[in-house]
Amino acid sequence: MNAMVESKEIREAKLEGMGCKRKRVEDARFTQGKGNYVDDLKLPGMLFGDFVRSQHAHARIKSIDSTKALKVPGVLAVLTAKELAGVNLAWMPTLAGDVQMVLADGKVLFQNQEVAFVVATDRYAAADGVEAVDVDYEPLPVVIDPFTAMAPNAPVLREDLAGKMTGAHGPRKHHNHIFEWVMGDKDLTDAAFRNAEVTIKELISYHRTHPSPLETCQCVASMDKIKGELTLWGTFQAPHVIRTVASLISTIPEHKIHVIAPDIGGGFGNKVGAYPGYICSIVASIVTGKPVKWVEDRIENLTATSFARDYHMTCEMAATKAGKVTGLRVHVLADHGAFDACADPSKWPAGFFNIVTGSYDFPTAHLAVDGVYTNKAPGGVAYRCSFRVTEAAYCIERAMDIMAKKLGLDPAEFRLRNFIKREQFPYKSALGWEYDSGDYHTAMHKVMDAIDYKSLRAEQAAKQAAFKRGESRDIMGVGVSFFTEIVGAGPSKNCDILGIAMFDACEIRIHPTGSAIARVGTKSTGQAHETTYAQIIATEIGIPADMIMVEEGNTDTAPYGLGTYGSRSTPVAGAAVAMASRKIKAKAQMIAAYLLEVHEGDLEWEIDGFRVKGLPEKYKSMKDISWAAYHSPPPNMEPGLEAVSYYDPPNMTYPFGAYFCVMDIDVDTGVYKVRRFYALDDCGTRINPMIIEGQVHGGLTEAFAIAMGQEIKYDATGNVMNGSFMDFFIPTAVETPHWETDHTVTPSPHHPIGAKGVGESPNVGGVPAFSNAVNDAFGFLGGTHIQMPHDYHRNWEAAKRLGAHV
Amino acid sequence: MAKTHVTMTINGGEVEGLVEPRTLLIHFLRENLNLTGAHIGCETTHCGACTVDLNGMSVKSCTMFAVQAEGAKITTIEGMANADGTLHALQEGFKQMHGLQCGFCTPGMILRAHRLLKENPTPTETEIRFGIAGNLCRCTGYQNIVKSIQYAAAKINGVPFKEAAE
Repeated sequence: MNAMVESKEIREAKLEGMGCKRKRVEDARFTQGKGNYVDDLKLPGMLFGDFVRSQHAHARIKSIDSTKALKVPGVLAVLTAKELAGVNLAWMPTLAGDVQMVLADGKVLFQNQEVAFVVATDRYAAADGVEAVDVDYEPLPVVIDPFTAMAPNAPVLREDLAGKMTGAHGPRKHHNHIFEWVMGDKDLTDAAFRNAEVTIKELISYHRTHPSPLETCQCVASMDKIKGELTLWGTFQAPHVIRTVASLISTIPEHKIHVIAPDIGGGFGNKVGAYPGYICSIVASIVTGKPVKWVEDRIENLTATSFARDYHMTCEMAATKAGKVTGLRVHVLADHGAFDACADPSKWPAGFFNIVTGSYDFPTAHLAVDGVYTNKAPGGVAYRCSFRVTEAAYCIERAMDIMAKKLGLDPAEFRLRNFIKREQFPYKSALGWEYDSGDYHTAMHKVMDAIDYKSLRAEQAAKQAAFKRGESRDIMGVGVSFFTEIVGAGPSKNCDILGIAMFDACEIRIHPTGSAIARVGTKSTGQAHETTYAQIIATEIGIPADMIMVEEGNTDTAPYGLGTYGSRSTPVAGAAVAMASRKIKAKAQMIAAYLLEVHEGDLEWEIDGFRVKGLPEKYKSMKDISWAAYHSPPPNMEPGLEAVSYYDPPNMTYPFGAYFCVMDIDVDTGVYKVRRFYALDDCGTRINPMIIEGQVHGGLTEAFAIAMGQEIKYDATGNVMNGSFMDFFIPTAVETPHWETDHTVTPSPHHPIGAKGVGESPNVGGVPAFSNAVNDAFGFLGGTHIQMPHDYHRNWEAAKRLGAHV
Repeated sequence: MAKTHVTMTINGGEVEGLVEPRTLLIHFLRENLNLTGAHIGCETTHCGACTVDLNGMSVKSCTMFAVQAEGAKITTIEGMANADGTLHALQEGFKQMHGLQCGFCTPGMILRAHRLLKENPTPTETEIRFGIAGNLCRCTGYQNIVKSIQYAAAKINGVPFKEAAE
């Protein structure tokens, strides 16, 4: 009864529940070099695998000769498509309904494609073996540009699909075509454009880039041939999905596959898919009977394991002269590379791109997406965004600026006139979503006041006048971005991965002494789930967060979940955590009623236990109840105190935010300086403000990189031009701007704790803020749209093109 | 391949081993000595995840041969805690100021910051940002890393830490 002596405030604070800036429990190991990442794993007799990769982007393989490689000291085996075909694994299914070569089968389709897998006693010997494999190629014509891929006489890339004019998502129009995906009301939209007072049309491209977490993709496969059991450690954002896929394609029964995702050094979407390295390691372990480790290097990571974006969006918007939007029409040419290995829910070939109407009340819209093959790495993954949402947000936020300029309206004012109003929620969008909640006007005004928007525009006007008078060579831009995200995939009615509904799950066990373990189907890659899930449980059932251990990543112990990506951990698994807690609380109430000899209905919850209404001294803490659950449960009640919840969300969640960027650019050098960046996020209920702020900082830094220079670029023959950290832009502490953060709170009405998710918002909202700032700076010199990324050189080119150079 | 005998002092203790001439220091640390705190992020000296302190300098151990470290005095993240087991001011600072997320860059970042504070015990924010520019972080956006280092500098200098206003 000691707890009753303390004040409510003290008891509440001791829980470190929701809303508390709880320090992270993960940090103890990470700050002392005691993390447990895949490459830290060392097993007796472990071998090492390494890939022979193609230097060609498109070539026929005439022969592969492993003779010399097999004589290299330490080399034990060389796998090629021929060996894999023997176990029916030369090809594997992709998450997007396509098939992908595990090792090159007859031809290669992109530079650095996996051709052979050398297995050796250590990583040095494996690299020696790779050097010694002779591959004879016959180069073929290369297709890099997605627009030319659809030309009638374009080279045939996927010969395996010859004659198959229907793909996983319907008819194919061309031999390099993958799918066409159409949404919205065409007739109504066409009519809106016919009757429009003002229209714009612009090709807005979102270039190819890569998530590049600091730890690359890696795994260790260990086949126990006696037991027939496979253990697979790996950098998996979705360990259960990997187990199911491994079982389906290897025919090892699923209960004999143990998938373990230990600590992961960042994911950002890169670690969702199944890659050839995993399959080859498994096969190599089966062949050799030894554990096999595969660790890709940075060049392999940037050039072969997936990519993000490469969306070419032709956007048309219709509006009245008074500044009301009346219609939106978008066509996307989506470059998926050599194989359609998109990591999207299976029925969504272009992800949730139909969120492209954004935060605005469009009466009608129409969208068509054409996916095409090119000789580039396969993908694409959602790089810190919910499936193609960042592409959609970029498209609509650029288009809103372009239209505002044409109308002669301030871009913030134009957005305010067209926002979905607070009273319109839940709001049904023209392209089929039901937005759960929002208060866009409040968020927008809060930021405009915080940065004194009016003064910035006055300063900009003065600078433009000075520039025109020849007194200054600096121009200034204010980038306005207002995004609506769609995260938390997702409801079983429309979201699945290979047929498995996209629920998530949590199992909680309360121990007799009142501490607990919770296991969850997601997998943190740096988001600190061990810290934040415990906070949800602490608030729900009154056990201090420090007394709750959260475990993820082991498929033998965690309940089945679909993993961490698309900002789904809090919206889906976080809900499962709350619902499992509530099941525990319900049983705890029955136990408390028995102990206090009252009816359940006579009890009320207070912070960390139940008390009898009106009799504060009659109280049982969760600690007392936990003991009783194992020591003296009520008659006819099972002992123990545990629960599991599988949560199928009724809807997605729709976080939103207003981001403003103030930028100065020197037209003679193209050098820019981010003077100020102000980010307001509304992610509903906030579980740990410290961690939210950290997520926003990190996401904004990635958005800054993408908008201002981070790109995977190919030359005309398919060579990757920036496949290392020498050329691929990762900002250092010097380039990275200072971030200012703010928030409003509009809880999700359907989520058990009202939380919406935040990890990806800053990437989604940040990219248009930067790009709009650059475009806004150059806007007074003419033109409508400057393509990303806006590095110094391209800024210089833009200035030159617009006649700003003397 | 013939192996070479190397000896060095790591985290205050003498260690020895047999390595190929081409064995990288990071692999010697991680695979021969099981000191897995330092990580490999790029293998091209860009990311700094493998940073250790070697003879009073920050060194990226992915581009140095183990044989080059013969006789060297090396500190890795495993040797950063105080002798009594309490955390070093930097380790404490990173936790208090939320200077890490996935943790992969953290050991290299802390070792680099350690040398920076030896060279300049009272760095400005700009000096910290330049001082850690050889270490990449993909999660934090550096802002809280800067604060973590400021926290540690204050603690080491025995002055109260005042978080800069946003």
